[in-house]
Amino acid sequence: MRDYLRTHEGEVRLFVVLAALTLFLGFASPIFLSAGNLASLLNNNAVNVIWAVGLLVVLIAGGIDISFAVGASVAQYLTALALHAVGGGNWIVGLLFAGVFGITIGCVNAALIAGFRIISIVATIATFNALFGLLMFTTSGKSIYDLPDWWTDRVAVASLGAGGALTLPVAGMVAAMAATWFLISRTTTGRQIYAFGDNPEGARRAGVATVKIQFIAYGWLGLMGGVGGLMQVNLAQEVVPNALIGRELDVLAAVVLGGARLGGGRGSVFGCFLGVLLVAVLQNGLNLLGVSPYAFKMLIGLTILAAISFSNFDLGALLTGGARRRGDVGIS
Amino acid sequence: MSALAEGMGRVFGREVPGLLALLALTVVAFGLTSPQFLSVANFDSIGFQLPDLGLLSLAMLAPIIAGGINLAIIATANLSGLTLAWILNMNGGPQAGVLAFIVGVAAALAVGGASGAAMGVTIAYFGAHPILASLAMMIFLKGLGEFLTRGGDISGFPAFLGELGHGVILGVPVTMLVFTAAAIVWHVLLSRTRHGFSVAMIGSNPRASEYSGIHVRRSLTLVYALSGVMCALAGILMLTEFNSVRVGHGEALLLVTVLACFLGGVDPFGGFGRVAPVFVSLLILQTLSSGLNLLGANQHLSTAVWGLFLIAVMVLRSGTPALRALFESIRR
Repeated sequence: MRDYLRTHEGEVRLFVVLAALTLFLGFASPIFLSAGNLASLLNNNAVNVIWAVGLLVVLIAGGIDISFAVGASVAQYLTALALHAVGGGNWIVGLLFAGVFGITIGCVNAALIAGFRIISIVATIATFNALFGLLMFTTSGKSIYDLPDWWTDRVAVASLGAGGALTLPVAGMVAAMAATWFLISRTTTGRQIYAFGDNPEGARRAGVATVKIQFIAYGWLGLMGGVGGLMQVNLAQEVVPNALIGRELDVLAAVVLGGARLGGGRGSVFGCFLGVLLVAVLQNGLNLLGVSPYAFKMLIGLTILAAISFSNFDLGALLTGGARRRGDVGIS
Repeated sequence: MSALAEGMGRVFGREVPGLLALLALTVVAFGLTSPQFLSVANFDSIGFQLPDLGLLSLAMLAPIIAGGINLAIIATANLSGLTLAWILNMNGGPQAGVLAFIVGVAAALAVGGASGAAMGVTIAYFGAHPILASLAMMIFLKGLGEFLTRGGDISGFPAFLGELGHGVILGVPVTMLVFTAAAIVWHVLLSRTRHGFSVAMIGSNPRASEYSGIHVRRSLTLVYALSGVMCALAGILMLTEFNSVRVGHGEALLLVTVLACFLGGVDPFGGFGRVAPVFVSLLILQTLSSGLNLLGANQHLSTAVWGLFLIAVMVLRSGTPALRALFESIRR
């Protein structure tokens, strides 16, 4: 336990902030801790968590991916078309389709990044534009509402009490978190992902198959993108080609808030979950406290700014004016 | 011919001759396939569409050279535009005089500069990662704009603003003149001044710069402040062109500006990058877009082509050794 506190300082700090916020909101608003509110919090943020743990793997491997939300949209649309073609299908077929489409898109990114040595942020900004443009052009922005019943039916998987049913996306979230945790903390591949992210050249010399690692990282994010897209349809009951655009930056902010480092080598599944949840709880709390919805984004932005400022802030160095060890200011 | 290319390469950056050839190729290709492409009207429309994207790309360029990035450019531009709109509306809206406009422009530039400076302080003094700091700033500024406007748009400005947004001097759009002037100022600032030198050095190696006596933190803060001022200029132009301001206006341009910078050979890790190649890249992107438009494609297809184009250029430029050798032999 003491080891955990020492090695996961960021997660612990975030947990304390989240706990304090939860406690405060619990007293300030009678609705906040109700089963219904907690369940809807989890239901509505499950998809973000699924994407967040996918993005986490890429960040740990020292990369970044701006294109995953667009990739998820493409996978979602293709899945809807493919399911229509096979005459409906079921959850297994749907997961298979979404997973395969997602992994394919992830592997395209990996091929550009590992195969052609294009910097990840450049490659994924390019694929973002290419995928988004092609999706909107080929679909003419048309939404799909005629979806198989199994896909849009609400499935309650657990209950938090009266009126607080957790739906299928939450089960997907738990599965995604467990699988990602297993991948990065319990397998040799996972250790190699951390090693590669921390020091690519060192990992290569130690015998890590660097190209394979990058294909696994971006492929995993692609898989999570596809699964997240599948779950999002279950919530939204429709496939809208440009509905997920913009979510990538929110998820990125939440993941980094959760302790993952841009530049690689650090981050945890639990931290990711806390990062997404902190933003969600904050927004939910502001809503319950009767703050104008127009002020939400401003206050959330301010909170993230404060959080990143204080998590890097070294008071002693500022007081003594000494040259303190600076973080890397480059993009990776 | 090759001496000319070499001289141009020395003054404006070695990417320029290649990019100009690419631009010529695009113009010829579209000129042959579409009869209206080489018309005055088409070049006029390019001249009217380029400045917004151009100014925003300049605002993106300087932080990238400094080893960072500014994801808040659109939000800063929108908020600065709102400032100008607010001052115009306080002074009679459509009846507002030139003095109100000048005061408004000054206030808008100040707001842009202040937003940039705040972001710079977070990055330089608090050690926050530029992606994260500017992302949080984007969320905050966008939220602030939404809070102030309640999500609506502000319009009803004096008629003389239309002269700025749609006016022509000697056959050249006024906005294009503003953009060209800004590009020249930016070029001189980044390649001919002490500040520009510091920025490139910081982008290459912040710690070495610190040890060489460069005031890293102050220079970084200044880069982001100036980037904010450039965003404000873009925001002001957008106001005069569309005769209205709305939060979220031009959001799709964010990643395109990054794309234009990378196409212009700017090093994603910082340290290297010049204005002229980015200027030519912008011309290429806009030409592609207009050409495709004349061939009956829509903006989404252009977006896709932009992305694919960047991928192609990056694959050629930084591709596998075999491709690189091929590329080098073509250039010789």
